[in-house]
Amino acid sequence: MTTHNDTTQYTSAEMMTITAARALTNNMTCFVGIGLPSEAANVARLTHAPDVTLIYESGTLQTKPDVLPLSIGDGELCESALTTVSVPEMFRYWLQGGHIDVGFLGTAQIDRFANLNTTVIAANHPEGGKNGAHSYANPRVRLPGGGGAPEISTNAKEVFITVKHSKRTFVKDVDFITTIGFGRDGKGRDNLPNIGRGPSVVITDLCILKPDPTTKELIVTSLHPGTTKEDVIEATGWEIKFADALETTPMPSEKELHVLRELKARTEKAHSAQEAI
Amino acid sequence: MTKFMTLKDAVATYVKDGDSIALEGFTHLIPFAAGHEIIRQKRRNLSLIRMTPDLIYDQLVGAGCVRKLTFSWGGNPGVGSLHRVRDAIENDYPCALETVEHSHAAMANAYEAGAAGLPLAVFRGYVGSELPLVNKEIASIICPFTGEQLAAIPAIKPDVGIIHAQKADRAGNVLIEGIIGVQKEVVLSAKRSIVTVEEIVDNLEVTPNACVLPAWTIDAIAVAPEGAKPSYTLGYYDRDNNYYKQWDNISRDRDSFNQWLESHVFGQGDV
Repeated sequence: MTTHNDTTQYTSAEMMTITAARALTNNMTCFVGIGLPSEAANVARLTHAPDVTLIYESGTLQTKPDVLPLSIGDGELCESALTTVSVPEMFRYWLQGGHIDVGFLGTAQIDRFANLNTTVIAANHPEGGKNGAHSYANPRVRLPGGGGAPEISTNAKEVFITVKHSKRTFVKDVDFITTIGFGRDGKGRDNLPNIGRGPSVVITDLCILKPDPTTKELIVTSLHPGTTKEDVIEATGWEIKFADALETTPMPSEKELHVLRELKARTEKAHSAQEAI
Repeated sequence: MTKFMTLKDAVATYVKDGDSIALEGFTHLIPFAAGHEIIRQKRRNLSLIRMTPDLIYDQLVGAGCVRKLTFSWGGNPGVGSLHRVRDAIENDYPCALETVEHSHAAMANAYEAGAAGLPLAVFRGYVGSELPLVNKEIASIICPFTGEQLAAIPAIKPDVGIIHAQKADRAGNVLIEGIIGVQKEVVLSAKRSIVTVEEIVDNLEVTPNACVLPAWTIDAIAVAPEGAKPSYTLGYYDRDNNYYKQWDNISRDRDSFNQWLESHVFGQGDV
């Protein structure tokens, strides 16, 4: 992507990142996944939420990176952090201990109950629906795996998800539940002690989705400017529902676009200035 | 008490065929020099344990040293797949690879349990995940005080723990700074341990709460300057992100990987 200064025009990717950034507020502690969540969380920190506390699973607490990390443990995260703790301490005290307001995650597959799959895309499915054990034994594409997500999703007070919208990604049932949204039937969090309330918002390049308060099925609550209902229906692998009071997502501001583009330009410059093998 | 050794002698003495080995370092301080020495000494049938296999295990798997891999996130960070690991899982090349898959929280807890001398790790995890369906090491346990169901997995107690660190003093005490990952837990949970360091110094100049491993917790210390490249050592050199990107091409193809192995590992002298 080229850096440009025209703030009347923006890409759908920029719209997604900025909308995701707006979900974070200044007083939150956020456990940040690498990639899109990290980009959004840092845009939030550099715009409306300067005091948002960003925490990465590498142990870096209250970090303020100048450029986006390529890996979860880049030196930049440590050097700009208030302090860095061990990885067991990060997961035990800070996450499991209940100090995280929001887990901010990406995914490879998401289903109607906001379950996430980053483990395996199945080669085929047995009669009668999807089954994680069967998918695992019959992989078509092997994905990296869970990392921190399975426990971020249950131990953070709530979860934000940001992912590009496509039929391949938004499936009726994920091939494998790496990380629970609301389970295969939408009731996976019911009657459990000490579990967060789960995904509260999903931000894509087309729209904003939220779980129905009763069924927990994701429904579209806001369309990004220029996106139609048909666009979303076309990019979703189940019969997607729309909220009665469907909103239009506010456009990115000049400042937000400027901050995002500067951040990406700084990042690109920093990561390309490396020696060859 | 620790001995100062060459890396070649340390691996020859402490790493045996069939061992379970954890070479750790969470993105930072990945002990690549030690991994390459294990490849050069042609160790076989290893059970490797590591939260993020990273390039180091892609290399060991591709070189045919490994029969079992325990991990919690198996990608090339910021880039994509680990092609040598995938080739082993999908095509048994260069040999079959058994995998045991966890989450980060699980492995971090299991290392800590190993360091604490416990048989198992107990934590609030895997709720609603389907990983317990495919990993028989994931069990649950009922809290005797509250009745809450919690996840339980076996402690990690590797035969050999290998880490890289910034420096050791002349007595063999080791200082680790920056993202310390599970470095301390690996050394304390392992039966035998090797630490590679950037340099030996007269005085570690530690602050009271610094992450220090006393000499008597370590079996061998080997000096390996730039021993964590292409990962990084805080205070010494940065992560070579470009190397990680180029690895995608090198490792995608068996021939180009084998050429890399010859020129960059077997063709290199002793550290």
